[in-house]
Amino acid sequence: MARGSASPAAPAVVAHPRAGTLKLVLLLIAAAALVAAPFFLYPIFLMKLLCFALFAAAFNLLLGYTGLLSFGHATFFGGSAYFTAHAVKVWGWPPEFGILLGVAGAAALGLLMGVIAIRRQGIYFAMITLALSQMFFFFCLQAAFTHGEDGIQSVPRGHLFGVIDLANATNMYFFVLGTFTLGMLAIWRFVNSPFGMILKAIRENEPRAISLGYSVAEYKLGAFVMSAALAGLAGGVKALVFQFATLTDVGWQMSGEVILMTLLGGIGTLVGPVVGSALVVTLQNYLATSQFPVTIITGLVFMACVLLFRRGIVGEFYASRLGRRLGFRSES
Amino acid sequence: MMTIFGIPTAALFGQLLVGLINGSFYALLSLGLAVIFGLLRVINFAHGAQYMAGAFAALLLLTQTGIGYWPALILAPLIVGLGGALIERTMLSRLYKLDPLYGLLFTFGLALTLEGTFRWFFGTSGQPYAPPAALTGAVNLGFMFLPVYRGWVVVASLAVCLGVWLLIEKTKLGAYLRAATENPVLVQSFGVNVPLLLTFTYGLGAALAGFAGVLAAPVYQVSPLMGSNLIIVVFAVVVVGGMGSILGAIVTGYLLGIAEGLTKVFYPEASNIVIFVIMAIVLILRPAGLFGKDA
Repeated sequence: MARGSASPAAPAVVAHPRAGTLKLVLLLIAAAALVAAPFFLYPIFLMKLLCFALFAAAFNLLLGYTGLLSFGHATFFGGSAYFTAHAVKVWGWPPEFGILLGVAGAAALGLLMGVIAIRRQGIYFAMITLALSQMFFFFCLQAAFTHGEDGIQSVPRGHLFGVIDLANATNMYFFVLGTFTLGMLAIWRFVNSPFGMILKAIRENEPRAISLGYSVAEYKLGAFVMSAALAGLAGGVKALVFQFATLTDVGWQMSGEVILMTLLGGIGTLVGPVVGSALVVTLQNYLATSQFPVTIITGLVFMACVLLFRRGIVGEFYASRLGRRLGFRSES
Repeated sequence: MMTIFGIPTAALFGQLLVGLINGSFYALLSLGLAVIFGLLRVINFAHGAQYMAGAFAALLLLTQTGIGYWPALILAPLIVGLGGALIERTMLSRLYKLDPLYGLLFTFGLALTLEGTFRWFFGTSGQPYAPPAALTGAVNLGFMFLPVYRGWVVVASLAVCLGVWLLIEKTKLGAYLRAATENPVLVQSFGVNVPLLLTFTYGLGAALAGFAGVLAAPVYQVSPLMGSNLIIVVFAVVVVGGMGSILGAIVTGYLLGIAEGLTKVFYPEASNIVIFVIMAIVLILRPAGLFGKDA
């Protein structure tokens, strides 16, 4: 998103000399917590959390680092879930190939949607992606292989590489954790590559990037496809975790949810979408059994985020005096 | 029985009428969106929710106070418009200096909150709203039967669209609005209260959505979810028409409604997505939209 909301000229705070070490320690603690978590918490909940965290991080790749707000990311998440579920259940593919097919399918959908949507910018881009993803929703509603309202149910998890039985919750958890880590590493690498730098340049000043000779449209399309593929990775894994793929995953509500996760956690930070999705998934879990419609809370949180803390939780912390003293900085 | 292209004329005209009805709602809603966007640079995602709120206002006026259709046609848009103005004044107006995407996200949150609240109180099932006695029954046009209420929807929406267009193009208030769209700072320095103008505009847009909701209540059922799918189609209509022109929004609304109706006759499987397909084609051939000026 453009710099409209960017921080007012903050007083210079020099990062503590040991800030780098501290970040490394924090990262190790987080890794240890993720490895230990399934022995204390319900594994399905944790896996759901990791899937959505990866989904939100993939979405943030586009919003945070390229400045494009997609309102259609459910297409890639849910579409991939359908492809994976179909390949594994109907064709009997092993899980790793099923997920790869989901990723490839999501990337192909991303290419199609991207080619049309990047012709406009800003709010038009948001509206076009929303409309195209609604089109995909209607396609899924009517296509035979998605089984309409029923969805694809009781998808077998199968054996990873033919050896590891994923029906075992602990095995499945570590498979999801591994995929999540790989996805996050890919995003980190992508953001810090020359390609990622050019994306940031486009976000900051598109006419200037054009005048410098970059074919902006191709870079945007590249980022869009990359983001779609990673969202597809999250969707494919989610289909195996829950063993079904339904219309919920391709609906516009899902696109809205991933925006909320990213916005709440912090646009343009690597950790923000993870924190945001953890909060949203936890909230949904608490409210799942009550009669109270979760959309009221979701909507209010949306409004509060936009009005009060546009940097998101992690972004606000990074921008605070303590955050900057600890050497954190947000990318947007 | 007469046929055209192998389709019975009665079915053809029937679907054309359905298309025209849908087009009436597309036109009214995209008009409201265009009016708001023109001045505020905000895409009002809550437009669908405000349409739903208009229908509920009419229903509640009837069930709680016994106020019938005709007064509700004025009162419900007024209620929705005032609610919109209040939200603009207290919250939305803080976002004008930011990237327009924040306005979209804020109104998206507003839409979710409104829908969730109505769902909490009224459940998800639709509730019927009877058309007024004067507009029941049907007339024989010779080639088809026209239900009177449906004819009324087309006439009323055309009249309101024309009225709003006249208000903006031909009155002094409209001149202020157009001037403030071009250069708000200059207009303010001439002594026009621009913030009040913005509040009025958002209220007007919301009231238009509310009016469409009352009009829709007897045609479709009144349900909390009636606006959420509609608004996405209306977004596609707006993209096809281009945001630049009020007249463009109206014309595109009717045209796409009719295109959707015709698709129902010739290839029903695609009727849900035809507007999105048209949008994609228009974007490839003419990215600024049919009536758009901005690139």
